[in-house]
Amino acid sequence: MSRTEVTFTVNGKERSAHVPPRMTLVDCLRDEMGLTGTHIGCEQGACGACSILLDGEPVRSCLIFAVQVEGQEITTVEGLAADDGSLSPLQEAFWDHHGLQCGYCTPGILIAATALLAHNPAPDEAQIREAIDGNLCRCTGYQQIVEAVADAATRARGQGND
Amino acid sequence: MTDSVSEYRYIGQPRRTKEDGRFITGRGNFVQDVQLPGMKHVAMLLSPYPRANLGRIDIEAALAAPGVIDVLTGAEIAEHIAPLLQGIVAPGVRHLPLAHEMVRYVGEWVAVVVADTRYMAEDAVELIEVDYEDLPAAVDPEAALADDAPLVHPDHGTNLLLHKNYSWGPVAEDFAAADHELTYRVHWGRSSGVPIETYGVVARWDAANDILEYWASIQMPQFQEQIATALDLPMNALRIHNDVDVGGSYGTKRGIKQTIVAGYLARKLKCPIRLIEDRLEYMSGGDAHGPDRIFDITLAYADDGVVTSMKMRALDDVGAYPSRAVQQLGKPMTALCGAYRMNSMAYEAMAVATNKTAQVPVRGFGQAPTNYAVETGIDHIARKLGLDAVEVRRRNLIRAEDFPWRIPNGTEYDSGDYHTVLDMALDLADWEGLVRWRDEQREAGKIVGLGLATCLEPGGGNNIFEHMLNEKIQVTTFVESVLVKVDAQGSVTAAISTHTAGQGHQTLIATIAGEELQRDPDSIRVVHTDSIEALPNRGPVASRMAIIAGTAAAKAAQRLLTNMVRIAAHNLGVTSGDIEYNDGVFSVAGGVGAGDKQIGWDEIAFIAHRQLHRMPPDLEAGLQVFHVEAVPGGGKLPNDKGEVQIYPCYAFQAHICVVEIDCVTGLVKLLDYVIAHDVGTMINPAIVRGMIIGGIGHGVGAALYEKFDYDDTGQLLSGTLFDYLLPSSREMPAVRDVHHCTPSPLTSHGQKGSGEGGYLGATAAVANGVNDALAPLGIHLDVLPMSPAAIEAALHDKTENYSPETAS
Repeated sequence: MSRTEVTFTVNGKERSAHVPPRMTLVDCLRDEMGLTGTHIGCEQGACGACSILLDGEPVRSCLIFAVQVEGQEITTVEGLAADDGSLSPLQEAFWDHHGLQCGYCTPGILIAATALLAHNPAPDEAQIREAIDGNLCRCTGYQQIVEAVADAATRARGQGND
Repeated sequence: MTDSVSEYRYIGQPRRTKEDGRFITGRGNFVQDVQLPGMKHVAMLLSPYPRANLGRIDIEAALAAPGVIDVLTGAEIAEHIAPLLQGIVAPGVRHLPLAHEMVRYVGEWVAVVVADTRYMAEDAVELIEVDYEDLPAAVDPEAALADDAPLVHPDHGTNLLLHKNYSWGPVAEDFAAADHELTYRVHWGRSSGVPIETYGVVARWDAANDILEYWASIQMPQFQEQIATALDLPMNALRIHNDVDVGGSYGTKRGIKQTIVAGYLARKLKCPIRLIEDRLEYMSGGDAHGPDRIFDITLAYADDGVVTSMKMRALDDVGAYPSRAVQQLGKPMTALCGAYRMNSMAYEAMAVATNKTAQVPVRGFGQAPTNYAVETGIDHIARKLGLDAVEVRRRNLIRAEDFPWRIPNGTEYDSGDYHTVLDMALDLADWEGLVRWRDEQREAGKIVGLGLATCLEPGGGNNIFEHMLNEKIQVTTFVESVLVKVDAQGSVTAAISTHTAGQGHQTLIATIAGEELQRDPDSIRVVHTDSIEALPNRGPVASRMAIIAGTAAAKAAQRLLTNMVRIAAHNLGVTSGDIEYNDGVFSVAGGVGAGDKQIGWDEIAFIAHRQLHRMPPDLEAGLQVFHVEAVPGGGKLPNDKGEVQIYPCYAFQAHICVVEIDCVTGLVKLLDYVIAHDVGTMINPAIVRGMIIGGIGHGVGAALYEKFDYDDTGQLLSGTLFDYLLPSSREMPAVRDVHHCTPSPLTSHGQKGSGEGGYLGATAAVANGVNDALAPLGIHLDVLPMSPAAIEAALHDKTENYSPETAS
């Protein structure tokens, strides 16, 4: 099957891959680029486990082809921590609040919450629930996730004031 | 929180888990992350018919498609694979990984294509041509019992796969003496765990060592036994990597046929095989479906609302094969009467085959439907007698002073204080205020209700119920083991031999071992050994890891510390009784020279590994202790009255919810949710709280949204997450929780199970809330899920002058 070269930026680094035109972005990230943090739950856009940031906006990477993101900027869960490995305030809060259990939906939820906090540094509970309502989690009932996001927002604002 | 100051330094303290760090950075090790050189991919051809004779399967075009290596059909599998083990003896039922000669449900595997990529495999699936002779299907489980019903397994002669009757205590006398009898029916819909990760397995045949190696997303007791039997290999020829992170399971990830097929293909084709189900393969042909159960119950009760006896019939539509899931009719016997003081009870269990996807075990193993059925009855009694639902429960709950309490079937509940926990929930919810609020809202025309339910969470997993369902199964217990060792430099490592699916087993074991050894749990490494290196184990089912594995970790650590004390005593010239251990220092307690004479943890470790001249003469070198823990009270067959201890430990929860129903759409909104829970000692509070609230989410889904729905011909209507609706963050209310601790006398630190109780009580509470809301309208719903469509239809039928236009 013919392959096409596609080049885009992933977590700050330019990456290229030769992929069949029909390969989804999530398969390209996982199988061609080794970024297995982004997960596949339904391949139908229902669950949100494959969420990534595409030019800063949360997108389901199972619903677009890799060749569609030529030249664009992608952030995956692997890109949320700083280069030195230090966790983002959101990641720290997720660990402190145990905002996860099996960890399978977690990358997608971190992506959705990262996008929320980028737009709205002080979300209320309803806004947090709305921001992650496209990301299904079967383990937690969402509560410790919501608490973690709220706490992360507080922490991030605290950092900003320093 | 009502906990007093903890006597423990690590147990019960707010500590980060050992697992979360890898998941929040995208470094989990899920089966889909496994990449092996030369790995091939598979896709499945699913039956589009619920019941059909299989004719010719033409695979030529598929085999000729680009990248295709092999196409597997049922005929080949039937030649090489032993039929899958079923949970009951069912003559004439032959369960193979692929359909052979007949398809029995929509989604059953008809062929498996192996290709270079999953994309190519899916292309080739489209090219397979199958001659089906479409036949009428058995869809409704009660109709399936008729003499002329289509037979799912013609060789079995009937669709009735299991029919058992049990009676414990003076049932007839209690009914004869009762003031009242109440008969009712409820139907638990076909819902399940539905994790976000589907099932997956990677298999590799290691020809150099004759070992079949597996990475799999499993939560399956006796997994390797069943795979070994099917593939005719000894168990020690299977290396199952237990360190694969499982992306959610909730009891469901059994993976037997998938693993057998992947292993068979890996051996046959001499290349690693990756079998990852897509969502439709999972929802229709995989380990997706759970109990689908009709309960007919009669309660005997007195004028004061006290229930003296119960007759319960549970008829489960198990789908096309009994599998292990059929045993979910057995486990609920361990707490059949819930938290109530019944004097006698009778139970009739029926499993009926239909042309639907076979079930798998789901969180609680049948307990959630049973609890929903019992709790519905308690509310019925309250309404019949004009009593408060709280008061009826108070009169029936087992009292704190009654423990240990023996229920009629001989099972003893270990400990509890149900009235206190119920009161805690009522206080937190402000029940009296809620009642006033509800009545005011009703005056204002709102459809609002209060839901209350209690539940028991049996934990520990003594599977004597397998024998109770089928005398030929002579299994009386299961063990769990932990190895704790200290290396030559003093580092502590613990080993367990099971998968984990979000329950935090590494945190559990490290916390308990750390507590016993007075070592920081963060410094203790917990590994999951593979199945060849495995310790005797049963697996993380039945809310048993804290109970059995946790106790095993404690006892292994205690014995290890005893050995270290002996080494210290030997080197300090005293007896073990003279040694005091604190924070890694072994010193001579009291007396002459106390305080001067001490020896450190690392030195003891070095002695045990490298300085055997300093060891006590009769102590084994190497500092490692391996403890096997059996289920407390297990290991016995029932007595001549059919009485036996089933599960050992019983946690208790009281759930309260506040519901409002949209009179136009029928949509239920949960305005508040409160739970009081008593799981004994919590090892890690955040993990316990997470599982309880997550379980509530699972139960809310079963009550209101989730159903594997079929049409009258047997077509599956909900094969995607757009049709099978999981609660999102907006359907789930914020949950307020409060903890009470009644320690179990049977475990190392008083811990009980905690992974199921949120689920076991939530569906009952929400269903009771919906029915409380609808009661003034003369509506009672007895079928789950209570979907917006079902509620809207009931409103439409029952409400005079009802129309969306007149509804305010």
